[in-house]
Amino acid sequence: MRSFDTAVPVEARAICAEFQGRQVLRDVSLSVGRREIFAIIGPSGSGKTTLLRHLLGLARPRQGSAFVFGHPVAELSRHELAGLRRRIGVAFQGGALLNSLSVVQNIELPLKQHTRLDAATIRIMTHIKLELLGLLDIDALMPAQLSGGMLKRASLARAVIMDPELLFVDEPSSGLDPVNAAALDDLLVELRDSLGMTIVVITHAMETALNIADKILLLDSGEVVTVGTPTELLQSRDARVQSMLQRRPVRAGSAADDYLNRLTAGT
Amino acid sequence: MRGGHLPTHRLGRIGLDILAGTGRMGILLVQIVRPAPTTPHGLARLLHQLRFVGSRSMLVINVAALFVGMVLALQFHDTLVRFGSITLLGSAVGLSLVRELAPVLTALIVIGRAGSAVCAEMAIMRTDSQIDALECMAIDARRYLLWPRFMAFLIAVPLLTAMFDVVGIVGGYCVATANFDLGAATYFTGITENMTGHDLQMGIVKSACFGALSAWICLGQGFLIHRGPLAYSGSEGVSQTTTSAVVTSSLVVLFADYILSSLML
Ligand SMILES: Nc1ncnc2c1ncn2[C@@H]1O[C@H](COP(=O)(O)OP(=O)(O)OP(=O)(O)O)[C@@H](O)[C@H]1O
Ligand SMILES: [Mg+2]
Repeated sequence: MRSFDTAVPVEARAICAEFQGRQVLRDVSLSVGRREIFAIIGPSGSGKTTLLRHLLGLARPRQGSAFVFGHPVAELSRHELAGLRRRIGVAFQGGALLNSLSVVQNIELPLKQHTRLDAATIRIMTHIKLELLGLLDIDALMPAQLSGGMLKRASLARAVIMDPELLFVDEPSSGLDPVNAAALDDLLVELRDSLGMTIVVITHAMETALNIADKILLLDSGEVVTVGTPTELLQSRDARVQSMLQRRPVRAGSAADDYLNRLTAGT
Repeated sequence: MRGGHLPTHRLGRIGLDILAGTGRMGILLVQIVRPAPTTPHGLARLLHQLRFVGSRSMLVINVAALFVGMVLALQFHDTLVRFGSITLLGSAVGLSLVRELAPVLTALIVIGRAGSAVCAEMAIMRTDSQIDALECMAIDARRYLLWPRFMAFLIAVPLLTAMFDVVGIVGGYCVATANFDLGAATYFTGITENMTGHDLQMGIVKSACFGALSAWICLGQGFLIHRGPLAYSGSEGVSQTTTSAVVTSSLVVLFADYILSSLML
């Protein structure tokens, strides 16, 4: 039914970005294959969200370029960009729900704006997505009345309401309890398997990445440490990769470590 | 010598910033008013904004107009008595309201009430990535957010001005009959005989211009907060942007009033 593009869904070539002279991304390149779950993982402040904004055409790279379905996003006109974005769903880190609309109005907004479906059909389609994300009992609330985890789920529901070919999710499971986080991971796999979505997921959680991703990109201080499958990552001998896997800081013997050691010695 | 430390360099930088800001605002205005098909949803949003900008301003406009009309009658009576031309009271009150005071005061009240509100709303939506989210849903934020608000100002300000005219004239009439025993016939005949179509036209043109100008400045400053100097100042940036939008648009309205008056008189 849907005609998929043969072009690579997402590609970045040597993207560099800086804020007021501070380099935030250095030569970041990546390529996401069709129907792939691609995880971008890295410590807080490593530039994951900034990278996402470049891939979406919300920010212009100082050098390098980003391609979505083969189109250079930074060079498209507003009209072309809008055409491209109709095939994309984005769930932002903070939710970014319109706060003057209720949850259900937020979720049905893309349908109302882009389709000519009648109200009943829209209601059914919205209901399905609300149920999928466990939002049925809170659909009438306003975004300001939601908890952090509910906001995340509502924003994911809005991102998938049009069944996009390509889905970007910024930190879906941070702020969720383990059960709901695992359910969300399963949901992403389900979306890929049943609807053939290509999914780029940004996360802190190494387990999530190892469990669901086909490929993992490790970002640290704006640099790509490594890209590979979960198996390749687990077998890597790179110190930075190992430290992320074991969740330990790389620098040993720092002042902070001394402090922590003294604290633990005291107990 | 290089570097931006010389006073001339700083002056040049400020000049360039102002120029760039004005250019961005100009482009934004073209993007807002550029013709595009209006959907039923768009009309619903316009009605919603009309209610906020227009209907909800009616009470304060009526009260203000009543008092302004009453004060005008007192002041003009005091002056006209000295020349023995008290019969001109109606036309003096009517003309100064229709040509000058109603458009300017209505615009200033609407800026304070609704202009500040839309500016803060846009600025918060920008800093909260809600506008980015709209763009990522392939929804044109200029069309979705700015157009209904701009049109609401453009429609509501002239209508509110007309209301200001009527209520102000009635206020003047109350004072004229109660304080000075001037008959209704004298008061209103003065107005109908001396007011021409040109006077009304001037009031309408002015109020439409003021509505568009104040909407443009308030909406634009909030919407483009991320490009300005207050981009990273958080809630303080939002409040300062709102203050600056209210001050700027009030001054621009007064300046435009002078220009329009000198062109049309
Ligand atoms: N608008 C901005 N202006 C200036 N600096 C910014 C801006 N946005 C991000 N940065 C900087 O860029 C760096 C990367 O930020 P980014 O939000 O991409 O991190 P992140 O990897 O998404 O972190 P987190 O996991 O905490 O969300 C940070 O050092 C941040 O200070
Ligand atoms: Mg982030």
